[in-house]
This record gives sequence, C-alpha cells and structure tokens, in this order.
Amino acid sequence: MQIASMHFKERAHDNMGNAQLQGNLQKIKGKFVAKRRESLAELDDFEATREAARVVRQRALDDLDVWLEMFERNATTRGATVLWAETPADVNLHVLAIAARHGAGKIIKSKSMVSEESALDRAIEGAGRKVVETDLGEYILQINDYEPPSHIIGPALHKSKEEVSDLFARVHGTARKMEINELCLEARQVLRKHYLAADMGISGGNFFVAETGSVVLVTNEGNATLTTTLPDVHVAISGIEKIVPTLEDVATLMRVLPRSATGQSISNYVDVLTGTRGEGEFHGARHMYFILVDAGRSAVLASEVSEALRCIRCGACMNHCPVYQNIGGHSYGWVYPGPIGSILTPSYIGLENALDLPQASTLCNQCGVVCPVKIPLPDLLRKLREQQFARRLRPWPERAGLRAWSWLALRPRLFGALTRIGVRMLRWLGGRDALIHRLPLGGGWTEGRDMPAPAGRTFRELYAGRRADGAGR
Amino acid sequence: MRVGFFVTCLVDLMRPAIGFAAIRLLEAGGAEIFVPPTQTCCGQPGYNSGDRAGAIALARKLVGEFEACDYLVAPSGSCTGMIKTHYADLFRDDPAMLGRAEALAARTFELTDFLVNVLKLDAVPGTFTGTVTYHDSCAGLREMGIKQQPRALLARMPGVKLTEMTECETCCGFGGTFSIKYGEIATRLADNKCAQIAASGADAVVLGDLGCMLNIEGRLRRRGDSRTRVLHIAELLAGG
Repeated sequence: MQIASMHFKERAHDNMGNAQLQGNLQKIKGKFVAKRRESLAELDDFEATREAARVVRQRALDDLDVWLEMFERNATTRGATVLWAETPADVNLHVLAIAARHGAGKIIKSKSMVSEESALDRAIEGAGRKVVETDLGEYILQINDYEPPSHIIGPALHKSKEEVSDLFARVHGTARKMEINELCLEARQVLRKHYLAADMGISGGNFFVAETGSVVLVTNEGNATLTTTLPDVHVAISGIEKIVPTLEDVATLMRVLPRSATGQSISNYVDVLTGTRGEGEFHGARHMYFILVDAGRSAVLASEVSEALRCIRCGACMNHCPVYQNIGGHSYGWVYPGPIGSILTPSYIGLENALDLPQASTLCNQCGVVCPVKIPLPDLLRKLREQQFARRLRPWPERAGLRAWSWLALRPRLFGALTRIGVRMLRWLGGRDALIHRLPLGGGWTEGRDMPAPAGRTFRELYAGRRADGAGR
Repeated sequence: MRVGFFVTCLVDLMRPAIGFAAIRLLEAGGAEIFVPPTQTCCGQPGYNSGDRAGAIALARKLVGEFEACDYLVAPSGSCTGMIKTHYADLFRDDPAMLGRAEALAARTFELTDFLVNVLKLDAVPGTFTGTVTYHDSCAGLREMGIKQQPRALLARMPGVKLTEMTECETCCGFGGTFSIKYGEIATRLADNKCAQIAASGADAVVLGDLGCMLNIEGRLRRRGDSRTRVLHIAELLAGG
C-alpha cells in the first residue's frame, strides 16, 4: 500500500473536520467497546485467560524458527507447498507465479491485511488477472477504486450505510437499497457468481498451526470458507509471526480473540484447513500453498519492540484509543492504524517514514489494558520515541528543549531562580482572568485552549518562606 | 511516620496552593512532613519524549532525595506512576540503582491512596457544597489503581454530591508534550471531556492531576464556560 504516514497531521485535521466520518466513527463505542465488555463478563477470569494467551503467543515467538520449520514439515507432508516471502514484493511474485502455474484467470480473495502491505490486488490486476474481494468490507473498498481500509477487522468502518447504498447502486447498476439486509443480499448475489467461477482462492491466516500444518481462519461472513474450498487452488498468506505451536494454543487464543474483536463468544465461522483434498474427500482445494511473509518481522523480533509481534489483530487497541476514535484509521497512513499500527508501521516501513506515529498517542494506556495478549503498547511507543530522539528524528527545538529542561531540573538553585521569574511573567501574561490566550512557543496549546496562568509564586519559594517564618518565631 | 512530600513540578510552578492543601491533609492524618528542598522533576517529560539519559539523571536525583523517608507521597497519579512503574525500566542496566529505585517505589503513594489506605483518614476538613464529577486521570487509574480512593474521600464530605460523567475513565487529551505537538487532537479530546462534564450537570470537575486540570480548564474557558470549577481533589478535601 502507498505510504501516507508522513501526512498524519493533515489527515487527522481533515478527518476531524469531516462530519460524515465523525458520525460513522461513533459506531466504534457501541459496536465494539460495549460488546467487548459484555462478552468478557462471560469469562470466569479474564485476566488469567489473558495471561495464558500472552504465554501462548510469547512461546511461539521465543522459538519462532523451530515452529516455522515444524509447520513447513507438517504442511508439506499433507500435500501443501510452503513458500517464504522475504519482502512484500516477494508475496506478489509468489502469487502471480502460482496463478500462472494453474492458469488462474479469476481469483477470489478473503480478508488478508498482509496482502495490503504489498498491494496484492493491484499487482494481480496489473498482471491481467481478475481478483474479487469477498469480505463485505473489503469488497466495498475494492469497488470504490481500492480505497484503503481504515480498521483491521472492520475495513469499511468509516463508511455509512448511505454511502454504501450509493456505491452499490452506482457500481452494480441496481436500484438504490436502503436496508442493510438488502445491501447484504445484493452483495451476496454478486459475489456468489464469482465464487463459482473462480480458479483460485486467496485467504489470510489468523493462525498457522505448527503441529498440524494447518491454517486457522476466523470470520463472520462465511466468505473465507467458500474462498478456500470452492476453487481448486488455495493460497493462504500470513506473517511469520502468526504461527502457534498447537491446536490447543489456538483454543486458548480463541477464548480472547472474538471477544476482544467484536464482542462475540465465538465468531460465526472458524475454519481449520489442513492439507489438500484427499481420496474420497468431498471438498477442499486440490492445490494448497502457504506464503509465510517476513517483510520486516524478523527485524522486529530482534528489536526492543518485539512484543508487538504477539498481536492477534483483534483491533481492541484502536477501538479503545481516544485518538483513533476521533481521527479514524486513514490518518495513520498505512495498513495498520491505531496504537498497534503506530508500532508496526514505523517498524515495517522505517521510522523515518512515519515520524508522527510513535508520538501520536497520549500514552493513556487504555490500549495496553485491553490488549488480549498483554502487549505493553505505550512502553513500545516510548521505545520508538527513544530511537527517534537518539537518531535525531525529532525537530531540534524539541530535543534542545528537553535537554534544557533536564539540565535545569538537575540544578535546583538555578531551577528555583528561573522558575520564580517564569511564573511571574506568565502570571502577568494571564491578565485579569488569569488565562493566557496566546502562549509564545505554545501555539499548539493556545490554538484551541486557554492556558490557565500560574499562581505567580512557586511552591518551593512559598514553602521555604513559611519555614523561615516558622523558624523565626 | 516521616512522609517525603513530592510536590511535583506542575504543582510547584502552577498551583502551589494544591501542595499546601495536600500537606494539610497529610498532617491531619498524623504524618510528619518532609519536603526535600532540592526536588524538581521526576523525569517523566524526558522519559515520555525519548530523552532517556535526561530521565535517568532526574530519577537518580529524586531517589536520592526521598529514599531516607518512610514514604513518598505526591498529589499526582502521573508522577507517582512514573516512580512506581517506570523507574525500574530506567535502571534496568544498573543493579545498584534498580534496587534503590524499587525500594522507593514500594513506598511511593498517590495522595488519595495514601490518605485512604495508609493514614485511614476518617474526617476531611473541606466544606465544599455542591455537585461534583470526578475525572479519572490515565496514569492514576491504569498505573496506580486510583479509582475508589478519591470517591471514598468525597463521600466523607456531607455537602458534596458526586454525579459521574459518562466516560470518566477516558483520556482528556493532555498526554504531556502531546498536548502541544498535537494541539488540535488534544483539543478535540478535551472538548469531548468538557461536553461530558457539562452533561453531568456538576458545579465542579474534580481530579487528581495537574496536566488534566490545565487541559480541561483551558478548554472549558475557551469554550466560554467560566462557571464550571476545576478543582484538584486536595483543594476540595482540605478546604480554604
């Protein structure tokens, strides 16, 4: 996907001024936040389950090479082909080679965020083959000239029912539908023809299971089941970090994944696909490929933000992020938005290409509290900020200001003397209402807020004065 | 019981009265107060902005200033959260300092937590009469577990009626330097908070951190609300 993370501020500005989008973003709190809270109440002990999920994911990462090789062995034994993609471009090359090998002119696809990293759909179309997204949200975006997703589990979350109505009427050439049921039915009728005519199906992979060589798909629309079983060829694409050692581990993670994502006890569909169609079996692909994607992940694994790779893509961090809730996913400018995106995006595309993202958080830690695999998101954002500071990837006045502050705060006498002057000046600036309406060098603050003026004396000088008075008496 | 009082840089510079109010409450609970005269900043601005070296230097200074006390108490969830949950990270490669920092962290308390759970303060001197709503600050709530403590103290004031706003646990948008670097987003978050405060119908919003206080008060006033008071919990509890 084209990288637009350097335009974070402008995009956030535009999105905050977009009344339609602001209305659509309101869905997050009812649709995701409230439902998650209700569904977690079903668990006897969410914290213990969450810890178990963390352990499962961390164990996978700690010996990732072992599990990957085990996966490759077991998948191969069951007739699948395992391919490795070091870069996003390699993903596209593999897919196009597979399509060419099987003469696949028409390809259907269920949801895969990894494939957004390499803009796979455009590469397929560029090679003269047809690809149709079958996840409803992804389909909506595809027919709207490949609009980027704004959320990892609700890619078209930023769109309203009315916008989808207009889009369907325009693209399908049908009468404008007003009800969501009617829109779903229309999408189903359109997509059904594609399922039956497709030569090849591409899916993502929520988990790759090392002990069985299976891919696990967690979905709600049934489209992944059709995509992966109707065509003769199935290609499952996912990041190397999505491996888990055992099916038992999947069971643990499934206790927290749908609940954290959509507030469901279990998703409508959970597909566990293992090997090619065997003798006497009724369905399943005859040719099965796994593409395991690195694209920066092994570098992250070796870095100080490696815990981000525990992510199971539930979206809870963005759903609960007050910044995301107000600016929407497109502001972040790449595949993964919200708090986890603010760690993954700079890690995958380069810190220098996403300078705002590690900074674009109040570190309120709502994300860290809801993460089902206990990724310490604020701590990881802070690590990236340290790298930015060390690599001089922040403006010099900011770095100089921080250095000056700690230099001064290490010298209590000077700190006391200068702050005594400073608070008097600011008190004077505050005027009669004790509010500073325009703060020199603090325009970022006073553009939208007043700065309450200081009282005019520091605590330290007042306290020292009172002590002196007390001693004198 | 010798309590080291860490006033925090924001209270020191912006609202010294809050520091004195906190001291009155601690003394009412029987604490002997010691205010290290050289105290300045806990290092959080640098820590959160990537200046790890600056943060380490200030953390080292603070540990030295307070470790002789039985407790460290501060009128802030943010600064106590820094000491209690982040100093260990700063000193992860310095075993000697790590031990000292962890020993201090174990004795570090946010003001209302200390009043309720250590001093077990029964009566509070404040005489405020009116409806208040409480804003839970992020670090206080999610790092220090401050939720019931301020409410328990407010319940000891007969004239105070607490009306919870919706989303009282949602960030007000301050976020330290975030509030200046991303002023527009910070303002939007503060605006949401102001709308919720207004909807609660409270006469005052009460909170436990200066950052939130300046941010919320600044936005309320810019919105033209000069009526809703913004009070630190220490001021309310200690009275005039």
